Amino acid sequence: MAEERKRKPMIGLQSDTDWSEYRGVMVVVEQRAGVAKAVSWQLLGEARRLADKLESPLLALVIGHQVQGLAREAGYHGADRVYICDSPELASYRTRPYSRVCLYVIREYKPEIVLMGATYAGRDLAGAIATHLPTGLTADSTQLDVDDERLLLASRPAFSEKMLATILCKQFKPQMATARAGVFEALPRDEARSAEIVVVPPQIDPEDISTQVLGFVESLERVNLEDADVIVAGGRGLGGPGAFSLLKELADALGGEVGASRAAVDLGWIGHDHQVGQTGTTVRPKLYIAVGISGAVQHVVGMQNSTYIVAINKDSEAPIFRFANYGIKGDLFQIVPALAQAVRARRSGGLSPEGVLEPMSAAGRGE
Amino acid sequence: MLHLVVCIKQVPDSREIRIDPKTNTLVRLGVPAIINYYDLHGLEEALRLKDEFGARVTVVSMGPPSAEKALRQCVSMGADEAVLVSDRAFAGADTLATSYVVALTIQKVEERWGTVDIVFCGKQTLDGDTGQVGPGVACRLDIDQLTYVEKLESLDLETREVTVHRHLEDGVERVKARLPVLITALAELNRPRRASLPGILRAARYQPIVWTTNDFPTIDRAKIGLRGSPTIVSKTWVPEPKQVQTEWLPSEDSAAAATALLDHLYSTDLPQKLGWA
Ligand SMILES: Cc1cc2nc3c(=O)[nH]c(=O)nc-3n(C[C@H](O)[C@H](O)[C@H](O)COP(=O)(O)OP(=O)(O)OC[C@H]3O[C@@H](n4cnc5c(N)ncnc54)[C@H](O)[C@@H]3O)c2cc1C
Repeated sequence: MAEERKRKPMIGLQSDTDWSEYRGVMVVVEQRAGVAKAVSWQLLGEARRLADKLESPLLALVIGHQVQGLAREAGYHGADRVYICDSPELASYRTRPYSRVCLYVIREYKPEIVLMGATYAGRDLAGAIATHLPTGLTADSTQLDVDDERLLLASRPAFSEKMLATILCKQFKPQMATARAGVFEALPRDEARSAEIVVVPPQIDPEDISTQVLGFVESLERVNLEDADVIVAGGRGLGGPGAFSLLKELADALGGEVGASRAAVDLGWIGHDHQVGQTGTTVRPKLYIAVGISGAVQHVVGMQNSTYIVAINKDSEAPIFRFANYGIKGDLFQIVPALAQAVRARRSGGLSPEGVLEPMSAAGRGE
Repeated sequence: MLHLVVCIKQVPDSREIRIDPKTNTLVRLGVPAIINYYDLHGLEEALRLKDEFGARVTVVSMGPPSAEKALRQCVSMGADEAVLVSDRAFAGADTLATSYVVALTIQKVEERWGTVDIVFCGKQTLDGDTGQVGPGVACRLDIDQLTYVEKLESLDLETREVTVHRHLEDGVERVKARLPVLITALAELNRPRRASLPGILRAARYQPIVWTTNDFPTIDRAKIGLRGSPTIVSKTWVPEPKQVQTEWLPSEDSAAAATALLDHLYSTDLPQKLGWA
């Protein structure tokens, strides 16, 4: 048996109490292979507003390997100063080495607020460093503000999105929060902005890197519901897995993704990553089309913040209609194909017959 | 023998939580308590390892005395021992104070039944929804954390290495770590089993071990409960229920309904926001 690393449990942490030197709002930029997650720039946009209100600098922390370009990008997206820690050991995210860099930067440069995306990696990292420091951490914020006492007011949904709660951390610095993707707006990228770049020495302890990332398989099939602008979701009304291909056609025509209710997932018609709702993904696309979904509360809490909601259901009493901006009462098997065809026709300028058109998803996505 | 610890929380069944329309507060009275959904997936994975390799499975929970019921349910599924840490002094804990008490509990479990090899947690709770307690516990115990695990690919007891698949937004990451580790479970990890008849019989007689603050001589009372929680809820409010006036579209003719819907959508800011031509 291999020798075990000696554990040094950290139960019973002490913390500083003089926080007067803590100034500045810091965003930890998340990246994979040198490409930043959209939420990082969105957070810089919102944090710019907070920093201006506090009259303190906006800081960004970029961790990775060969990420100098990203450090400049962080400046273009609003940061005044960018800390960069670059090392081959930091190429892929791992909790311990990344935590060590964050802790070093926080202790050395003393930001009063630290924000990260509420992504899988962001929550993993934030939970670890808030415990180390220790400090208070608010998860999954959807509103951020600061008050006259320089307190961060981080508001987040609670009780399955039924309520919002504003959470403060008065006794410790930095005040920390993770924030949801797609809620805040990034500043327009501006190459005329230039940020001061501060190089942080890598903090690598060989014991920290015993965890190995063996590989990453990008799932092309994987739906990214969180970032989708358009979602076409299907429920038990689809009657079987086959009808999801109709939804896929409509989603492709609109440049969107396919979502599902739990009933459809539990019946094995589609994978769990498509599930929207309390025990699935919370989404806020610009357009949500609910097809053959009754609108149970556990489903609705996951999609009610979509900008526009369309419901297609044969039962005009279905609760989903209470949340829908547009309702079509009728048989989905008639309406969905008609809608897909109409979208294709409209988006091609109505000139060509459907079928010979290039799929709209190629033209529509991301522009 | 492998020692697996599963952290569970009893949570109010949030389907049943309603907002009182008059007072705008949560109505929690009479809301049934259930085991946090994701924690059951953590328990199931521990039980699978027990089936395959033989293991001791200890379930721990911090909560009110009524959480004994949740612990008995875990015993009925196959857990060996169940520990409830329960004390008024723990009430009002945020994630930092909770991870402190849970980590202390696991240390005490280790003193009693041997060092732990894997700690399982759910990816998050249905009521708190933070996903922060797992990383907090791992950090305090100084063990590696593998969060958002959708598959446990292999466990090698010779090399003491575990390989898992972590679910990320854009794909799946395969990670290998050395025991001891803390794993947070996703629903994709497995399908929790039903209680077996012998399990039910054992659970009926089983008395969970209950520890209070007095069972932790070194506990720092400044770090538990409300007092030990750096975060404060300053305000809660019910967001204005979205008053949606549903626009009904004619539905006798599907093509006409489709066209009418598109006309409406094109009259909004959607085409501009979505970059539609
Ligand atoms: C703890 C817990 C967590 C849960 N989490 C989630 C969650 O995350 N997400 C989720 O979605 N659910 C969740 N649920 C389940 C939820 O309560 C509902 O059971 C589920 O959302 C129902 O799915 P549905 O709307 O597809 O099915 P149904 O309620 O059966 O609705 C089917 C609808 O299809 C319509 N229909 C049928 N045929 C047609 C047709 N030909 N054309 C048009 N319309 C048609 C019907 O009128 C009906 O309204 C959860 C439940 C629990 C207890």
